[in-house]
Amino acid sequence: MNAIETKNLTYKYSIGTPFETTAVDNVSLTIEQGEFVGVIGHTGSGKSTLIQHLNGLLKQTSGEVLINGRNIWSKDVNIKDIRFESGLVFQYSEYQLFEETVYKDIAFGPKNMGLDKDEIDKRVRNAARQMGLGDELLERSPFDLSGGQKRRVALAGVIAMEPKILILDEPAAGLDPAGRDRVLEEIAGYHRNSGTTILLVSHSMEDIVKYADKVLVMNRGQLFCYEDTDKVFSMSKELQLIGLDIPQITKLSHLLAENGIDIGKDVYTVERAKERLLKILKGTNV
Amino acid sequence: MLKDITIGQFFPGNSVIHRMDSRFKIVLDILYVVILFVADNFISLATAGIFILMAYAVSEIKPVMMLKSLKPLMPIILFTAVLNLFFVKGTDEPVVSWWIITIYWEGISTAIFMIVRIVCLIIGMSLLTYTTSPIVLTDAIERLLSPLKKIKLPVHELAMMMTIALRFIPTLIEETDKIMSAQKARGADLDTGGLMKRAKALIPILIPLFVSAFKRANELAMAMECRCYRGGEGRTKLRQLKARPMDFMITMLMLTVLGFVIIDNMVF
Repeated sequence: MNAIETKNLTYKYSIGTPFETTAVDNVSLTIEQGEFVGVIGHTGSGKSTLIQHLNGLLKQTSGEVLINGRNIWSKDVNIKDIRFESGLVFQYSEYQLFEETVYKDIAFGPKNMGLDKDEIDKRVRNAARQMGLGDELLERSPFDLSGGQKRRVALAGVIAMEPKILILDEPAAGLDPAGRDRVLEEIAGYHRNSGTTILLVSHSMEDIVKYADKVLVMNRGQLFCYEDTDKVFSMSKELQLIGLDIPQITKLSHLLAENGIDIGKDVYTVERAKERLLKILKGTNV
Repeated sequence: MLKDITIGQFFPGNSVIHRMDSRFKIVLDILYVVILFVADNFISLATAGIFILMAYAVSEIKPVMMLKSLKPLMPIILFTAVLNLFFVKGTDEPVVSWWIITIYWEGISTAIFMIVRIVCLIIGMSLLTYTTSPIVLTDAIERLLSPLKKIKLPVHELAMMMTIALRFIPTLIEETDKIMSAQKARGADLDTGGLMKRAKALIPILIPLFVSAFKRANELAMAMECRCYRGGEGRTKLRQLKARPMDFMITMLMLTVLGFVIIDNMVF
């Protein structure tokens, strides 16, 4: 079954004022259960607006959104259930923390689901472990933690609801390199363990290449393409035309090709570049 | 949702009204209120009404924005109308007389009169904020209040506080929206339940909002100090307010309307 399906999804805001804008324009896409999808697009391309439709925070101007096969705006669907099924973590999610202790904050979502105490406890500890938060942190105030820890608490708060789909808007933005890697590794680990469908919005092409199986590219509110990661980055010219970057190492490989060392156009990771370069070096090393 | 609030909203444009000196706009807006309250019959009130409608036509603000500005104050308008309708006693026979309800012609006409007056008042005030950016507006207030510096009122500081407050209203609204969305995504229920439950549901929104508002205030204060801000003493303005012939012409027009209304009152 398709985890996410949108049909001709269109969203306009400030209708009837001079600021009327079409943020999402006729987007139709299908995402299968268990996929790790990277979402990229220039600032203002409609990524954030699109993902807010996938758990019913925004209601489309026209079109349909289906989550696990159900039209989320049909009358027999409770929108709250959709929000537990499709967990959304916002950009700079640490700003949503409010409870006295980390434990209570992570428990906020499960509590809203109406689970019993033992189940909540199990889920909170499980989510905290998934996000690499030690037991000693659970009784601390979330406001005393470091930026990276806060971010992971916020992520755990959504993971504790055990959504079938997890949507992350720039989960690593504004963190130091160690914090970035840590957050993304925890997310990748969670994906492997649980088989959750993941949508990762990011500006870092390196992160997308490293983690995503497929990539969804947005441009000016429209779906530019939705393809396997390799295929998307093989269109580096088109990507650059719509204001997107390609991984640094791919740029390097293009420069090398211009200077007579062709290691192929499909080099997106440092590992592959190393492999290819070694092959060439061994071949010429007489 | 929260973005739909239109009070204090500014629509950029290049009409005559947009280009007016904001000091004149404030003073003339006050004068307009005076006209509305001096007017005591339908002819003078209609004159004032037509005047503001013409001003809207010139300003290129969409007519639908007039209705939008009225929406939040609708209960007050209706309340006033209903009070006048039922409690104004006339000298003639009542129009309706049933059970404890008696309605006189005078009641009906007073109710309509009050509705028109309040509507004109609100759309008149809205026109000021629709066509004047908040920064320019506070600038004008600072200039208009500057005589009060003589009695040691910190006019500049008050204006600066107002500018900052106005500047951060959209930011705070946006932030509230974001936090609300984030908590809704965690299943927070903000729209149902009794008073106590709803008040409690606000905690997950208010706490993050306060935390970030204080943090932002701190950062802003530091950024201002880094740029050597130390109050109004000796500060000059990038954009000087300048009165132009157009401003005086519109003032004359307004005074004519006031004169007409006064004469009209004396005649009828």
